Amino acid sequence: MATLPFELVSPERLVFSGAVTEVIVPGAEGEFGVLAGHAPFIGMLKPGILTIKTGGELRRFFVRGGFAEVNPAGLTVLAEEAKPVEELDLATLRQQIQDAREDLSDATSDEIRQRAARQLADLEQVADALERGFAPVTKH
Amino acid sequence: MASLKDLRNRIASVKATQKITKAMQMVAAAKLRRAQMAAEAARPYAERMETVLGNLAGGLVGNAQAPVLLAGTGKTQTHLLLVCTGERGLCGAFNSSIVRLAREKAQLLIAEGKDVKILCVGRKGAEQLRRIYPDRIIEVVDLRSVRNIGFKEANDIATKVLNLLYAGSFDVCTLFYSNFKSVIAQVPTATQIIPATFPERDEAEAGPVYEYEPVEEEILADLLPRNIAVQIFRALLENQASFYGAQMSAMDNATRNAGEMIKKQTLTYNRTRQAMITKELIEIISGAEAL
Repeated sequence: MATLPFELVSPERLVFSGAVTEVIVPGAEGEFGVLAGHAPFIGMLKPGILTIKTGGELRRFFVRGGFAEVNPAGLTVLAEEAKPVEELDLATLRQQIQDAREDLSDATSDEIRQRAARQLADLEQVADALERGFAPVTKH
Repeated sequence: MASLKDLRNRIASVKATQKITKAMQMVAAAKLRRAQMAAEAARPYAERMETVLGNLAGGLVGNAQAPVLLAGTGKTQTHLLLVCTGERGLCGAFNSSIVRLAREKAQLLIAEGKDVKILCVGRKGAEQLRRIYPDRIIEVVDLRSVRNIGFKEANDIATKVLNLLYAGSFDVCTLFYSNFKSVIAQVPTATQIIPATFPERDEAEAGPVYEYEPVEEEILADLLPRNIAVQIFRALLENQASFYGAQMSAMDNATRNAGEMIKKQTLTYNRTRQAMITKELIEIISGAEAL
């Protein structure tokens, strides 16, 4: 199966770089999968789990804030925070959820409130997934 | 003339200083390597960000509805100088050269009749600037307690700057830091971050046509504030590497100077010692002859 070059970059370091079969990115308007030969595309990220498929192998990363760029040279995800799910600890996530809650109650305008609510829902979803384990993904 | 004991003490004290500067040099060298790696690791993110923003912004130039961060407030009356320096001294001209660049810019702006405000990151720069512009410094961010500069610190500073902008406290923001070229060359640099500037690109090398999700304006509105944080982050990391580079060469110089001093002092010590021995011998001989 065709592979595409993929880079996951956070401000502090290059988190992942290599050829992969498919990447599932948590986009702001829904998750999307990227395979080799995808059309040029730029999409925002929501806080969530990014899944990398290499052959039959799966790797999951938690990403927050940033965007994904697909160009003929491959896929690059720039995330403000990116780390393997194994390194993600629930306490930090809880803290972030708490912060998001405070943002929501501090919100002064509808627009900010909406954004904070969305952020909170996304984070809660991740925490939920982390606690329960991940739904099995069909292997290619 | 100094007695032998004085000379011995002096040599011992210079030797002790040399040991300290030598140790500092080695510590700086080790930390420099880490700082350099951190600066290099941050580069891909900043570069990618710049490319994508450049692509997006290109389509919006001249658009009346372009966001404030891109188009500016429409005025250039009040300037904010964001001066990033080190937290410590003993690093040669590192802090002073950044401060000098900022000071020159400030003088130029004041001469033009603009208002200048200064936000200092790092204690050393604040100390120097406070002497010249005591009323213009609006805040000092202290990073002394921060061991490894992370994105979080940069983000906090960016939030401060953005809040000031939205409160209408300034129109143009310029970032001052030291660009790390090599261990012996650190170039103080000024970059305008608000309104954002992007390198001009030829139409011919424009990338592929992208699809956007959500629409371009929304992505831009989200990315521009992030870009400020990224730029500050990069400046802090470059600064960190420059600081250790400057400190390393300053301490290397100090060690060498101390070595020279020890050599000179030892020479004087030996001469004095010999002169005394000779003097004693003459006394004994002339005493014996008198008998």
